[in-house]
Formats: sequence, structure tokens, C-alpha cells
Amino acid sequence: MGGAKNFMLRLLLIAAVLAVWEVLVKMTGVPEYILPAPSRIFYAMYNGIKSNVYPQHFFVTLTETLLGFLVGTILAFMLGTVVALSRRVEYFLYPFIVMFQAMPKVALAPLIIVWFGLGLTSKVINAALVAFFPLMVNTIVGLRSAEEDRINLMRSLAASRTQIFFMLQLPNALPYIFAGLEIAMIFALIGAIVAEFVGAERGLGMLIQSMNFNMDVAGQFSILLILSLLGLVLNGIVNLARRHLLFWETANTGEETANTSKKGGSV
Amino acid sequence: MNRAAQAARMDSPSSTDVIAVDRLSLTYGGGASGVLALSDISFSIADGEFISIVGPSGCGKSTLLKILAGLLPPSEGQAKLNGTPIRGARRDIGVVFQTPVLFPWRTVLGNVLLPADVQGLDKEKMRKRAMDLVRLVGLEGFENRYPRELSGGMQQRVGIIRALIHDPAILLMDEPFGALDAMTRETMNVELQRIWMESGKTVLFITHSTSEAVYLADRVIVMTARPGKIGDVFKVDLPRPRPLDIMNTEAFGAYVKRIRVALNADGGLD
Repeated sequence: MGGAKNFMLRLLLIAAVLAVWEVLVKMTGVPEYILPAPSRIFYAMYNGIKSNVYPQHFFVTLTETLLGFLVGTILAFMLGTVVALSRRVEYFLYPFIVMFQAMPKVALAPLIIVWFGLGLTSKVINAALVAFFPLMVNTIVGLRSAEEDRINLMRSLAASRTQIFFMLQLPNALPYIFAGLEIAMIFALIGAIVAEFVGAERGLGMLIQSMNFNMDVAGQFSILLILSLLGLVLNGIVNLARRHLLFWETANTGEETANTSKKGGSV
Repeated sequence: MNRAAQAARMDSPSSTDVIAVDRLSLTYGGGASGVLALSDISFSIADGEFISIVGPSGCGKSTLLKILAGLLPPSEGQAKLNGTPIRGARRDIGVVFQTPVLFPWRTVLGNVLLPADVQGLDKEKMRKRAMDLVRLVGLEGFENRYPRELSGGMQQRVGIIRALIHDPAILLMDEPFGALDAMTRETMNVELQRIWMESGKTVLFITHSTSEAVYLADRVIVMTARPGKIGDVFKVDLPRPRPLDIMNTEAFGAYVKRIRVALNADGGLD
């Protein structure tokens, strides 16, 4: 696929869908608080950005997401590494891990709001919590995925455990770790939004909530659009870093590992 | 060194032996229910000698190599390398595996230098040595490429010279050409003979192929299965360097035949 011609066709298709949507809404007379026409959504977006309301809330949510991602993934990498390297630690932590993994992490949001208040902290913690597991699981799987022959090669050279870790296991785990980071990034955004739903003073999630009370459906649609664009950009950043750091993986195999290793459970 | 003189002497242990294996046994799983994988293995390898071990699948030849590489402790007996018992991994052993086992994030040169990096050897000196080895196997121009850009034969060449970079006392090779196609395999045999003659290394070469064993070795050790034991040992008196078409000579055929008979006496190759 690809090519300028196909790209044009793609744009044309999107335009056609929007046009049909617009015409259908106008023709059927569906009220705006049920389904707004695309033109109304773009108008709401324009107003929100012009009045500086959207940017303000956007940066709050972005901060929560990025901080949550950072805290969650750093902790996940550290704990994942310890578990991967020590069967003993794994044995004792296993019950906790299984229980937490099975639990829908977003269900903790109300508790976290009670414990940490309406501000930034509770959102970061919730985002971190949701982002934590996909990376931890992938870190464990990745670090343990080193082929036996590669381990034997290192051992036959009298390599220390530290050397085996840094020269073999860690680079070997990178494809898994990046697959985990990609999910963690999107999960962090979900965690931040859900926490804002439950209780917040600022942020795009809070904004959706308050628009919902005011039956401003066009506004909600415009924020959904912003959120999916944000998700795309965040995902793109992780992907860019992956391509840079995983230079030895061709696009093809990278895709495969990403698909086979995208474990990490539910939100 | 004088290969003829070495080839002349057989199994009597002497001080010039690089490897001395003495009544080595290995039992998997403890107690009475344990499975005897290797039983009472004894042999020695002289300095600069090329030894092939042939045997059916499951005769424990790869297990034997693991013990010699220090990756597996024997249950009984011991193996000595240059007079000191092999207990755990050591720095004077080079291992070549069935697959090249290259690290995809390292270049050809980086892979060759892996043992030097692990063992903290002098970087400048090792780089020079690595380049010499790269030239030895005809890979100059590829030193900065990544493994995925190389063919199977080229990858295994990298695997071989990686095992030579730290100047080990012995090269242990576990069916290194088993994964290659027949044509590449023959080329690699010629190449290995040349590397061996130029480097003067002591080599223990494990293979499934009787003709490969005869072509390469000074002595061929036949192993029998369940439990793995040393069967007959054949001294191969063919002049070096051996061209590939030596395989068509009567003398060569006779060696192969005798070894086949020895293998078949034990139930044969699978």
C-alpha cells in the first residue's frame, strides 16, 4: 500500500464519512445532545482552544499521564528485574502479583482519591498503578527469554551474573520491554482520565465529566478527539525510541515480538 | 609442532596432554532412579591434536562437551585441562555451538570481541587480533555488519573465530556445521582444517557425520549409547592438508566403513 494516490483516497474516505455523518444528522434532525454534527464538534474544539480552556486542562492531563508513566514503569522495571533474577523473590511475591494482576486496577481509583485527594498526586498514582503491570510482566518475560545457548556461551566464558545481565539478558529483553512501554503509555493515559472522572478539579477527564452534566455532547466529542490524538502522539514517541534503541530488529520482527509479547493484563 | 610425532602416540597419557579425561561418569537425577548418561569415559588429547567424536543421538556426546566446557559437573571422575581439573567455567576454553549463537545487537567485530569484553582483555590488542581472525576466515569488509546481514555459513565463521579470540587452550565444537546445507558444510570443513593448521589449536569436534569426522580428525573416537561410553578409537593417517576429493579415495572410504561398522555394532546411527 502507501503511495500518494492511496493517501489521497484515504483522506477522501475520511471526508466522505464526515460528510455523510453531517448530512444524516441534518436530515434526521437528531438533537445535538444525542449526536452532534461534525461541524458542531469542530466548532466546540475551536472555541475550547481559543478560550484557552482546553490547553489548560490538556497540560494537566498530560503531566499526570507522563509522571504516572514514569513512576509506574520505573518501579515496574525494577520489580520485574528482581523477580526475573530471583526465583526466591518470585516465590514470595507471586500471590501478590497474581492478585493485583487479576484485579481491574481502575476500580482502585475511588480509594486512591480518598487517600491522596483531588490533586495531582492521586492521578499520578492511579496512572502509575495501571501502567505498572504491562511493563512488569514484559520485563520478567523478556529477561527470562534469553536462549539457553546464549546463556551457556556467556557461562562458558566465565562471565559473572552482572555481565550476563548487562551484556545478554537486558539487550535481549528490550523488544519485550518496549512492547510493555507502548501499552504502559496508553494505560497511563487511561489511568489518569479515570481518576479524573472519579474526582478532580482539572484535566480533560474532569472536563468530559462536567460537559456531560451540561449535556454538551459536541464538547465531549471534541475532547475525545483530542485524547485519541494525544494517545497517538504518546504511542509514536515510544515507537520512535524503540526504533532508535532496537536498531538490530527489522521492522518486521519488531512487529512480531510486539504482538507476541503484548501481555500485561487488563486495565 | 610435529604433528606426525603426535599422531604416532596413542592413548598413553603424558605431560603434553591438553585434555585428560579420567573415568568420567554422569548420572542425571540422584539415587537409584538416576539415569546414567555417561559411563566410565577416559581419553586424552595431545597438544595441537584434532579429535572427532562420533556417535548416535543420545549417546551423551554433547553432555560430555558440556562437562569439558565447565557447564556441567560430572558425577564421578574428572577432566583435566593442562593439568588442572575442570571445575566450573574457565577462561582458557573456546566453545562453538550448533548454531552460531551471535548477539544481534553486536556487529561481527563486536561478536568476535565478546570473550575479550567479558574477560576484560586489552582492547587495542584484541581489536587487532579480531581483525586478523576476521581476515583469516575471509570476512574482511563485513566486520561492521550485523549478524542478520550474514549467511548461515558466514555466521558460523564468526562463531568459530569468536571462540579463538581469547587464545583458549582448547576449542570445543558441538556439531558446529549441523545446521548448514551440504555444500556450505563441505566448504566449512575445508575452512576449519585451514584454521586449525594455521592456529595450531587443539580441537575436540563432535559430529553426527562419519565422513566429516574422518576428513577433519587425527583420531576419531566412537561413542556408544545408553549409557554413553567410549567405543573404538581410530587413528586417521591421511596426509594434510586434505583436499575435499580425498573423500573419494579408497583409504578414506575404508576409514568411514570401519567407523560405520563400529557404530552399527552398537545399533547404528539413528
